Amino acid sequence: MKYVDEYRDPAAARATVAQIEALAGDRHLKFMEVCGGHTHTIYKHGIENVLPDSVELVHGPGCPVCVIPMGRVDDAIAVAKAPGVIFTSFGDMMRVPGGKENLLEAKAQGADVRMVYSPLDALRIAEANHDREVVFFAVGFETTAPSTAVTLIKAKQRGITNFSVYCNHVTIVPPLKAILESPDLRLDGFLGPGHVSTVIGNRPYRFVPRDYGKPLVTAGFEPLDILQSIVMLLRQIREGRCEVENQYTRAVVDEGNPRALKILGEVFELRPHFEWRGLGFISQSALKLNADYADFDAELRFNVPGVRVADPKACQCGEVLKGVIKPWECKVFGTACTPETPIGTCMVSSEGACAAYYNYGRFTKAATIPVRAAEPEPVTSG
Amino acid sequence: MCLGIPGQLVEIVDPAEHRGIADVDGVRREVNIGLVMGEAGGIKVGDWILIHVGFAMSRIDEEEAQRTLEFLKLMGDVYDDEIKQFSQDAPL
Repeated sequence: MKYVDEYRDPAAARATVAQIEALAGDRHLKFMEVCGGHTHTIYKHGIENVLPDSVELVHGPGCPVCVIPMGRVDDAIAVAKAPGVIFTSFGDMMRVPGGKENLLEAKAQGADVRMVYSPLDALRIAEANHDREVVFFAVGFETTAPSTAVTLIKAKQRGITNFSVYCNHVTIVPPLKAILESPDLRLDGFLGPGHVSTVIGNRPYRFVPRDYGKPLVTAGFEPLDILQSIVMLLRQIREGRCEVENQYTRAVVDEGNPRALKILGEVFELRPHFEWRGLGFISQSALKLNADYADFDAELRFNVPGVRVADPKACQCGEVLKGVIKPWECKVFGTACTPETPIGTCMVSSEGACAAYYNYGRFTKAATIPVRAAEPEPVTSG
Repeated sequence: MCLGIPGQLVEIVDPAEHRGIADVDGVRREVNIGLVMGEAGGIKVGDWILIHVGFAMSRIDEEEAQRTLEFLKLMGDVYDDEIKQFSQDAPL
């Protein structure tokens, strides 16, 4: 099994694949990996290709760069071009296409757009440039939102008035609900996100088994973690159980990080609704600065156009983000849309399903399937 | 951006301001440790942490830190980009 040999612990990986083969029945099962980090691992290590045909992985909406709609990017660019602004952003957002251009192109035309590693770097820029307005483009799920919150608390404590946040933080539970409610997709279980869960814990996922009858296993990021999580899902199904389980106990505890959750509550409130690329408007699915921090809200400080821009017709990121189609089933995948000239967000971010498949998947898919078929099954104690 | 990268806390510069220095595979930078100060037993120099956009998000054990680092290195470009960004000063 060629690709399994490249795993950190090939013997364990082989044994786990054998367990999966033993547990998987004839019924076709579809599991969604929610997190973009998982999608990356799955394609990079050819995990789909070592699974039995009856176990299918579909990719979910857990790439925070991918779910930002074009209109929000256009708003970011409008703020970046406002006089006197230094616009700061994580590197991942720089090439995400807006309706006309991306942030890198806006920078090339003279906007002062700077890439930062941390929101605290954006705050330092504000402290070093009193005569300028410094705006931080905040994106990310609950993993990233506490960092923005801490930065805002510091800005307020220090009385920094030339700093604001263009807030695009999103939350993971509402899109999961939207996917479970969607008639497009029949799923049999979820691989829950790893790093988001270090913050929110495992409890917020309890509605998945309770209300929708689907098991969820919070999973780590290594290939072996993914394989073991699939075993845990299959065991639940085999044993007639349906619950939230935690494979990633090395980093995730049930209660999450209470300190981070408290800080989120101090700074943010839920937006009534927020548009997700491909998923449309989802109620209470994103964060905005609350009344105590309204002075730091870039949407109130600047004139943002707030125009809704439809995704390009050819682009099927929406279907990819909902797991309805695989990246290679999109009409423009790998032809008009590549990581060099992306049309959709899923091709921009390294965590996007299309970029991950473009970079790794298309090479491993053909190569590994025959290898698996030819490999004698290893013995496992199960 | 979503990557959590493991590092070792090598210095606490200012406990009140939650400023610490983390070492990730030989590269050092300031990180905010406020979010992990509630961990059982507090947080101290020598502890291993999972770092995300300049913030320690959770405490992990050394074995987990080493195996995650090893795994991230296998990711190639993604890891190189993350370390490059981690090592960069704020563009003041």
